[in-house]
Amino acid sequence: MIDPVRDPVRFIDERTSAAPLIKKAMRYLFPDHWSFLLGEVVLYSFIVLIATGIYLTLFFVPSTAHTIYHGPYKPLDGQTVSDAYKSAVNLSFSVKAGLLMRQTHHWAADVFIAAMAMHLMRVFFTGAFRKPRELIWLIGLLLLFTSLLEGYLGYSLVDDLLSGMGLAIGYGVGLSIPVIGGPMTLAIFGAPFPGKPEFWSRMFITHVLLIPLLLAVLIGLHLSLVAARHHTQFKESARHTERRVVGLPTFPAQTPRSIALLLFTAAVLFLLGGLIQINPIWQWGPFEPWLATNGAQPDWYLGWLIGALRLMPSFDVTVGHFTLVPNPFWGGVLFPLFVLAVLAAFPWVERRLTGDRRVHNLADRPRNAPNRTAFGVAFLSWVFLIFVFGAADRIFVLWGLSYDTQLFMFRIGIWVVPLVLFFVVRRVCRELRAADLLEEDQERAERAVAQREGAVRAGT
Amino acid sequence: MTCRGWIKFRSVAALTVVVALGTAAIAAAQPQSGIVRPTYEPPKPSLKLGEQLYAGNCSTCHGIAGAGITRGRLGAGHVLGEGPPLRNVGAQGADFYLRMGFMPLRNIYSQPGPQRTRVLFTNKEIESMVMYVASLGHGPGIPHPDPAKGNLSTGLQLFTDHCAGCHQVLARGGFVTGALVPPLQTLTDRQIAQAVRIGPYLMPRFSPKQISNAQLDSIIKYVQWTNRPDNRGGWGIGNVGPIPEGLVAWWIAAPLLLIACALIGRRFKRS
Ligand code: HEC
Ligand code: HEC
Repeated sequence: MIDPVRDPVRFIDERTSAAPLIKKAMRYLFPDHWSFLLGEVVLYSFIVLIATGIYLTLFFVPSTAHTIYHGPYKPLDGQTVSDAYKSAVNLSFSVKAGLLMRQTHHWAADVFIAAMAMHLMRVFFTGAFRKPRELIWLIGLLLLFTSLLEGYLGYSLVDDLLSGMGLAIGYGVGLSIPVIGGPMTLAIFGAPFPGKPEFWSRMFITHVLLIPLLLAVLIGLHLSLVAARHHTQFKESARHTERRVVGLPTFPAQTPRSIALLLFTAAVLFLLGGLIQINPIWQWGPFEPWLATNGAQPDWYLGWLIGALRLMPSFDVTVGHFTLVPNPFWGGVLFPLFVLAVLAAFPWVERRLTGDRRVHNLADRPRNAPNRTAFGVAFLSWVFLIFVFGAADRIFVLWGLSYDTQLFMFRIGIWVVPLVLFFVVRRVCRELRAADLLEEDQERAERAVAQREGAVRAGT
Repeated sequence: MTCRGWIKFRSVAALTVVVALGTAAIAAAQPQSGIVRPTYEPPKPSLKLGEQLYAGNCSTCHGIAGAGITRGRLGAGHVLGEGPPLRNVGAQGADFYLRMGFMPLRNIYSQPGPQRTRVLFTNKEIESMVMYVASLGHGPGIPHPDPAKGNLSTGLQLFTDHCAGCHQVLARGGFVTGALVPPLQTLTDRQIAQAVRIGPYLMPRFSPKQISNAQLDSIIKYVQWTNRPDNRGGWGIGNVGPIPEGLVAWWIAAPLLLIACALIGRRFKRS
């Protein structure tokens, strides 16, 4: 008799001897706290991105060759457009489930990076980046910044009015890098903006193969290192110590949770994709270098760069008649690199400042590290305010606060608000901690009294 | 002086006046309190009524018989008067500015540009004043566009070429240095045609050489189409692009996922 379960399992195990590994994986203990699931949301958005992205590549034509659009969308009928643009419009109008896939893909990208940002905050504010997990932290940052580039390439490929304007800004920022910027940008574009047709092939292969592969490898590394060093955990009871892992095993406890979260994430993304319109490229129309639309914006995750470009006072560094550092460099290159550098260096800076070089497997409650929490909030608010200023024109249109007034307010606010927040948050953390300690003292005292009373009663 | 040159001059003049007179001048340039009407109004629009209304409501700024006033001076009702000549704006200009609720201007210093209020005149009164202003010189008449003859695709193309840089490609408006650019969703065909030919405030004016009447029909057809664009992707969230999309990602998707995490990650009961 053939046993339908055991026999195949035995077959595989005899040839791979994977059983011990799988057993180990099944027994891996997950910390029992909701905030540890944020990273999983990132992973599941990535899976949705890959799945929907593959579908899109079946229909998308990465070429800027010109063609004439004839199709159901009347405002474009008879217009000369690129193959890339036409195929993306066709995806939205004629391909079965094409629009759903396109929109879900785009929403998944927006959510992927949003979830990554939330995951990053969780790790930061609980000190989970500390020894021995600094590498995981660095790989995470690399994932985040690579994803920004991936998203940018994704919406740039479509060759609609917005993406063309975004590429023009990218081109300008690329050129602004001192010394190497010019040759490098020209090498990538193949020619001055809008570049050679090959540029499209380059963007395409980078977007659909190179970067996804890189992301997948980085995610694999990230997770392997998490598994090797284990998750951090909160000290929820006396049983949780630096040296003992308390949690739920992969199977049977964590597996249903993860599957549920995967399904829920996919459901949210597909619902958004089906119900809320994102990047209606047919409405934007095709791009030509002399065209522009008011209020063009990048996707949200690049909004902080637009904010920085706009906030930066306009000055160039010149040597004689030669412009060494053109203005876009500050907001478009230096600013994101600075943010990356601060985040990347943070584990080491903190270690230096606190003198704490120990291994940490217990996650801090944010209040228990007042300085870190205060710095994190301040830094976050700095980046956030710069991000908000990227939308200053819309704020003006909506609420009538004039652009110049906003410019003035933000140029001051981005320094004052973080500074104030730093001290406020630090104070709040300290007070909360003091209250905690007081409570603990009280409990201990009550316990002592109770014990003594018990002893007295026993004595009589 | 051309209209555009005049506006430049006006800004400079205005600035000088503001600096010179300080806040007192600004206080004096407060909204005109209501509209001055003759005691008797004939039942039909007439040149006479137009003249009377003009004298009562417009001459403070636009001068006697549309001669224009180049340097601000206090006129009736303590309104600081200043305005371009109206000799050659014709029925087209008068009709547009009156029906859009621009005139009588409330405040010649409002920022970031002249502000529109409600339309304060009745239809009969507007027609009378339009007649009167038209009689002052040889200006263009009221245009009669026919967007039904236009072509939507040409319209989109022309609109992106000439207008989207300021008005946003779906005519949702925006900001350019020195002015808020209005959205164009609630206008009549005629108003759009007039705006293109007149070029109010910072907007450039497009002559029939730049945009022919036939092209204008297409543009108008497209602009009217933007009232109900093809939102086949679902809820259009304003048709202004990535900002509302980012808000949806952070205020709809992220909270949903956070709630999911909180529910799914709820702790198991421990004894
Ligand atoms: C408080 C001053 C003021 C009053 C009162 C006023 N205007 Fe004006 N008007 C202006 C100014 C200033 C401009 C130029 C503004 C602009 O370019 O938008 C202008 C522009 C115009 C134009 C367009 C001129 C052109 O060159 O295209 C017309 C037409 C006009 N006004 C008609 C009227 C009429 C009719 C009235 C009376 C109901 C009136 N205005 C009352 C100040 C005034
Ligand atoms: C330089 C920027 C610019 C360009 C280009 C431009 N506009 Fe405008 N437009 C404006 C501004 C600013 C106003 C508001 C004027 C005011 O406040 O008096 C305006 C007003 C209008 C109005 C009147 C709407 C209202 O509610 O006041 C219409 C209609 C209009 N534009 C249509 C067009 C069309 C059609 C084109 C293209 C052929 C175009 N505009 C090109 C800046 C522009």
